[in-house]
Amino acid sequence: MKYLGIEPKRPRIAVFDFTGCEGCELQLANKEETLAEFLRAVHIVDFREISSADEGACDLALIEGAVTRADEADRLRAIRARTKVLVALGSCACFGGVNRLKNRCDPDEANREVYGDKPKETLPARAVKELVPVDLEIPGCPVSKAELERIIQHVIWEVPYKPPAYPVCLECKQRYLVCRFEHGQLCLGSITRGGCNAPCPAGGLGCWGCRGPAADPNYDEFLALARARGFGEREISERISFFGAFEVGL
Amino acid sequence: MKINLDVDVHHLTRVEGHGNIRVSVREGEVREARWDVVETPRFFEVMLKGKHYSTAPILAARICGICSIGHCLAGLRATEAAFGVAVPEAAHKLRLLAKHGETLQSHFLHLFFLAAPDFLGLPSVLPLLESRPEVVDLARRLKAAGNRICEVVAGRATHPVSLQAGGVAAPPPRETLLGLGDELRRSLVDLGAAAELIATFKIPDFERETEFVSLKGGGEYPWIGGRLISSDGIERAENDYLAMTNEYVDARNTSKWCRLSRPSFAVGPLARFNNHHRLLHPEAARLASAFGLAAVCHNPFMSHVARLVECVHVTYEALRLLEELAQAGPVETMAPVLPRAGHGVGAVEVPRGILYHYYEYDAEGYVARADCVIPTTQNNANIHLDLPALAKRFARDGMSDAELTLLCSMLVRSYDPCISCSVH
Repeated sequence: MKYLGIEPKRPRIAVFDFTGCEGCELQLANKEETLAEFLRAVHIVDFREISSADEGACDLALIEGAVTRADEADRLRAIRARTKVLVALGSCACFGGVNRLKNRCDPDEANREVYGDKPKETLPARAVKELVPVDLEIPGCPVSKAELERIIQHVIWEVPYKPPAYPVCLECKQRYLVCRFEHGQLCLGSITRGGCNAPCPAGGLGCWGCRGPAADPNYDEFLALARARGFGEREISERISFFGAFEVGL
Repeated sequence: MKINLDVDVHHLTRVEGHGNIRVSVREGEVREARWDVVETPRFFEVMLKGKHYSTAPILAARICGICSIGHCLAGLRATEAAFGVAVPEAAHKLRLLAKHGETLQSHFLHLFFLAAPDFLGLPSVLPLLESRPEVVDLARRLKAAGNRICEVVAGRATHPVSLQAGGVAAPPPRETLLGLGDELRRSLVDLGAAAELIATFKIPDFERETEFVSLKGGGEYPWIGGRLISSDGIERAENDYLAMTNEYVDARNTSKWCRLSRPSFAVGPLARFNNHHRLLHPEAARLASAFGLAAVCHNPFMSHVARLVECVHVTYEALRLLEELAQAGPVETMAPVLPRAGHGVGAVEVPRGILYHYYEYDAEGYVARADCVIPTTQNNANIHLDLPALAKRFARDGMSDAELTLLCSMLVRSYDPCISCSVH
């Protein structure tokens, strides 16, 4: 795609899916108002969900999903070995995501409950960085396509992308939204990394912390506030552990 | 006859999730024909246990990145049935509107991005960016209209936020609803262009008789809740979904399989069309007959046409709902929720067919047991049994492995399987 007659470098992108809902890779085909521009700005060489083509080596390998089986671990290591830059795309890849909730259950019992006497192979859910080195993390459930577009622009500019250090709380206030605690809801916005533009508080839901911890989060103040507003330990712990982001994110 | 053909597809492309196809034809006889789901097991039913009712539908949405609104709505319906919550009329309409938005984005994603490349002889939609940018533009606009409805009503296109137990937490203001109506009216023109494109697709001539299962429509083409029916004459209450699904575990598949009156049955747009074509909007019915889609259709490849027909129906329905909601003005969209011990079922027609969530709650409103039956789980056996029939119908002298591989892949894609969803 040329602008003013100049052809920019198009990063070669591959997308690989592991254990997850494939909602993050779907975001690559969303935000339709800039979809054609986005698809022309990159060269998609491998993306099983939308393409049967495999056009060889990539600059950026986007990894979606957590790792929950031995064949996935092998596949991930093989991708790492042939990839310059490996990106964890979404909360499952960055932290294990909701898949991590199963690690709290006994795997044999879980298997019996779902598959009866025909158990299936499964391992505790792990984030990508627990198996191979990760060059860049893009958290979110799902990821923000706008943030992904910004990151691609930085790659083309050859300027490092710095994710926001501030929490979701700040973006929520920038949108003049009333604090979810004032609506009687629990909200992790004060300790969660911003960059999503607070879609959950805007939609009437407290933050669930899908993007992981903001820089230097003040957990003590958050816990004091949540308790003062009448939230119990079970509710707070259920929320904090939801995406595995606060266990793995720091 | 010396017809020997092999199909070995490992991780089929242009579908959601990981599945394999194997077909072997020796001397004209189909020796083996298999559809296997090899997705990693995810254990959502186990993870849902112990979750608060305000968390459960949010977790359930994460089963699927394409039909997260459908999963959330099924979870909410199960929860509200368990607690005896009556959702306000306006909230029900908003939820239906969000569901229509999801149907549009999912069906157009499938038609243009996943299915169309097969009929245009391309590996993906991406080469069209250069060769036929007007087609990508059309796909982009139609899919955007669906996602825009979801964003306005559910707060986000993937993993909704404002659909909550009791109703809809952040109803859109009147001017937003009116603006959305203006945007959606443009889709009516675009749908005509999409129909022209899809009319050029050469639909394989293949039939295998099967049973079709869907929600039962009363006065309307059904989407959320109600009785369950099959084309073989079975009718059950929503609560009796287990009698309709009969899940069982196959040793080679991480997704379960289902059966009803026959070894397999089908759910999805073709099942809904076959069971309820009389309830379609007149423009949708007109389009169906222009494409030669008539009930009862047993050609799975005609699902693509049924998807387009549903898009027309749903666009008119969404316009009607937007009109009614805008006229009603600001009304209550949240009912109070008081947890109590009990259980409930939520049956919802999501893009790929009927979806069931069952939750059992303790007195404090925490999930004691959960069960989810996914459309693709219900379609697995039907896909599996279509494959040998397809190979038998099309295997001929001089055919290459690649030709049969393409046909088999197209067959599986015609069901638009949501595989990681099926291995929830």
